[in-house]
Amino acid sequence: MSTVTDSTPDAMTPDSMTPDSMTPDSMTPVCAVEAIPLEGGVAALVGGAAVAVFRTYDGSVFAIGNVDPFSGASVLSRGIVGNRGDAPVVSSPMYKQAFDLRTGQCLDDDSVRVPAYAVSVVDGVVHVGGVT
Amino acid sequence: MATGKRQRIVVVGHGMVGHRFAQAAVERGLTETHDLLVFGEEPREAYDRVALTSWFGQGSDALSLLPGGAYDDPRVRLVLDSVVTEVDRVAQTVTVVSPPSAVPDLLSNPGAVTVHEYDVLVLATGAAPFVPPVEGRGKDGCFVYRTIEDLEAIKAASESATSGVVIGGGLLGLEAANALVQLGLDTHVVEMAPRLMPVQLDGAAGSTLVRHIEKLGVKVHTGVLTEEIEGGEAVTGLRVRQAGTDEGAPTDVIETQVVVFSAGIRPRDALARECDLEVAPRGGVLVDEQCRSADPRIFAIGECAAPGGTMYGLVAPGYTMAEVVVDALLDGPGAFTGADMSTKLKLLGVDVASFGDAFATTDGALELTYSDAVAGVYKKLVVSEDGTRLLGGILVGDASAYGVLRPMVSSGMALPDNPEQLILPASSGVQIGMPDEAQVCSCNDVTKADILHALTDEACESVADVKQCTRAGSTCGSCVSTVKNIIEDHFASVGKVVDKGLCEHFRLTRQELFDVVAVHGYRRFDDIVEAHGTGRGCDICKPAIASILASQTSTHILEPVTAELQDTNDKYLGNIQRNGTYSVVPRIPGGEITPEKLIVIGEVARDFGLYTKITGGQRIDLFGARMEQLPVIWRRLVDAGFESGHAYGKSLRTVKSCVGSTWCRYGVQDSVGLAIALELRYRGLRSPHKLKGGVSGCARECAEARGKDFGVIATEKGWNLYVGGNGGATPAHARLLAGDLDTATLVAYLDRFLMYYIRTADRLQRTSTWIEQLEGGLDRVREVVVEDSLGLGAELEAEMARHVGGYEDEWRATLEDPAKLERFVSFVNAPGTPDPSIAFTTERDQIQPIAPALIPVGAPA
Repeated sequence: MSTVTDSTPDAMTPDSMTPDSMTPDSMTPVCAVEAIPLEGGVAALVGGAAVAVFRTYDGSVFAIGNVDPFSGASVLSRGIVGNRGDAPVVSSPMYKQAFDLRTGQCLDDDSVRVPAYAVSVVDGVVHVGGVT
Repeated sequence: MATGKRQRIVVVGHGMVGHRFAQAAVERGLTETHDLLVFGEEPREAYDRVALTSWFGQGSDALSLLPGGAYDDPRVRLVLDSVVTEVDRVAQTVTVVSPPSAVPDLLSNPGAVTVHEYDVLVLATGAAPFVPPVEGRGKDGCFVYRTIEDLEAIKAASESATSGVVIGGGLLGLEAANALVQLGLDTHVVEMAPRLMPVQLDGAAGSTLVRHIEKLGVKVHTGVLTEEIEGGEAVTGLRVRQAGTDEGAPTDVIETQVVVFSAGIRPRDALARECDLEVAPRGGVLVDEQCRSADPRIFAIGECAAPGGTMYGLVAPGYTMAEVVVDALLDGPGAFTGADMSTKLKLLGVDVASFGDAFATTDGALELTYSDAVAGVYKKLVVSEDGTRLLGGILVGDASAYGVLRPMVSSGMALPDNPEQLILPASSGVQIGMPDEAQVCSCNDVTKADILHALTDEACESVADVKQCTRAGSTCGSCVSTVKNIIEDHFASVGKVVDKGLCEHFRLTRQELFDVVAVHGYRRFDDIVEAHGTGRGCDICKPAIASILASQTSTHILEPVTAELQDTNDKYLGNIQRNGTYSVVPRIPGGEITPEKLIVIGEVARDFGLYTKITGGQRIDLFGARMEQLPVIWRRLVDAGFESGHAYGKSLRTVKSCVGSTWCRYGVQDSVGLAIALELRYRGLRSPHKLKGGVSGCARECAEARGKDFGVIATEKGWNLYVGGNGGATPAHARLLAGDLDTATLVAYLDRFLMYYIRTADRLQRTSTWIEQLEGGLDRVREVVVEDSLGLGAELEAEMARHVGGYEDEWRATLEDPAKLERFVSFVNAPGTPDPSIAFTTERDQIQPIAPALIPVGAPA
């Protein structure tokens, strides 16, 4: 889930964040927001887990598990980012299933979901928290 | 038919109809009980005589109906170059004269006369051109137009000629005129009747056709009699006078060095006459509805036959007769009861169609005509007196309505209230409901109901599906647009939106998007989706646009503006494997590699612990590279002189080759040299689907070139170019596009072919299916690529030149740009930690991935 300190995902652009907004200590800084290509993703190691962190066209940042549940390969960060209806999605590079970046829900198979992580951007740095 | 002992059928003649008979005999199981012995008089196997003119562009191979000259069924023996000179009906034998070259194992006395018994005799001797008794007709420079040998002779004579005359302005005469035009001669057509194609066209239609043809530089002389062919040993001119004038009336002379007689054909029924079989008054073996002659053991089919006394000079009735005789020999009920003499063809590039009662000979028939002198279009409908039924018609200049109109005649369906709408220009046309039983494809006898069945019960969704399923449109292709309309109407009627759009973000097809990008000069996905789409794209439209941009510009695919549009494989310049690692495939052009480079590949594989395997495309695949290892691996390879093999792209993969004339004792051309040149020319070319090529150094085809999107096979004179082949789930054999090309022409045609494909194909549409769904199919491709009918040739070649000039090795450029290398890290916050979920085991001395799901989280790699 894309959570921000002000808890309004739609407004979650880096500009809208207050520099000293509260970041829980449990959150791990992973990279500068610019290190994530616009409409692209990167993989990060958070507490031993591989997490895929994405930045969408409007600048919002999302984090979901990096492991593609259909292949078991740790690759979701390499998928193509776009939208399906209202949902920002990444499609798995392996077999192309789409996952909702907000929830980790697979949109091609109701029974499949990957973990979604709390994420915030503070001072231009992306932080990833626990599974939401 | 006797049972037990196998019967022998002797077929005299291996033209189109004789061949169809043999084919049908095999297909319908007649060869289970019968052996076929087929004698062909020409030195080559049956070929498509209807398309004779295309011999110029494509050579004999393209016309062949039986490439290789032998049937797969061993119970059918074909003996060529052999003339049947006599039939003994009492002894049931035929006498055959063969030259020494004809199949010695069959003919115990080669080079002489042999006698063969038959249980059943099928005459398929065809027809011979009729040469009117004009004075001087035996001079050098006089020809007929029927066989490939005739064409070879005409071509040879044309080399020293400037002008040529065709005597006869019928269908065949105009085909012959087309041949003379292609040979570069100043071409004349002389027709005795007051109009061209007097059998099929009325006066107005004939005039419309004349205007078209004269635009091509052909001079048409109608209502003119040939009085004499002038000259000494060789032709120098043709003396003519107006038809209807008396001898001694003023004459004109058309200067010419070549005269081609095309004044009709006569059945070749001499064998039948000599053995006292009855023939029709106007020639042709008289046969009944089963095509059986007065002798129950002898059948006649095709142009040498006259069922019910009438001879049919078209191939379709001949085919029907062939099928009828096979049916009769299987004790079936088939009968030949006359033929639809409807014709639709393209003459010198002009559409001409004539069908049903074209001359309104039915009592009380009415004519409706539409003509547009500027556009050169003439259309006529013949309707019944009460205006309720269509009886026939003529179309010149635009025969697109033929597919709808001809079935209306045969089905007898009611005409709409305003039948003139049927021939008015398409924009004002009405939607015509065709009855289900209407025949849509006459070549393969497919009705509208068959097509609907394919759509509803066979899950067909496209023209290509329907073609494959029903064979509709797979022979002459003239009904493809009708098939397409039926499909679209059907989906519209069941409320299924036939959405040709790419995905939810674009309502445009790939071809439309390609054009939009070209016209506006877009370089960014954002601009394209903003102006022509919605949302932010997906894994379908983004790679498609990335491919379009790559085809139109020579920008590196990992530039920021397009990097995130690329499919995973392109995004990391490698092929992702099931455990998230990548394969590395350096280019090995034409499959030729030095020992030094082989060693480098071996060393790199060994040093990085990669699994190695030889690919089908004659190169080496290195598997198991972690994403972050790709740059270091490629650094080694690039430094050793390798470049990207683009195995990851929808782009040119390899051009496979055999070893060719350099080493092979059978090779006739340097296939390796050409394969390397082609692979280097088209490397990195982004396309709707992956592309593969092949070059074989001789007809043995060891490179399997016809299994490729483009295949080149060496001939004594140059190269044959085949297109539209592939392996995979739906294998397709490439078909001949053009023959005996020199290398420069070959490359020009290939440039055009590939660019035409890249411009117009759908996403993920392979060349074979692209060709299938084009209206006109391979012929359309040939028009555009070889004949340059759209005038696009230079433009397509220029686009390819831009690609060739702008090529750079994607891996080298990536290694030189730190920004592009940024993405090659395992974890953005732990670049030194490899992905712990990747692990390998060892099998046959090499690594193999362990299924990631089986690895406990956090286990050491």
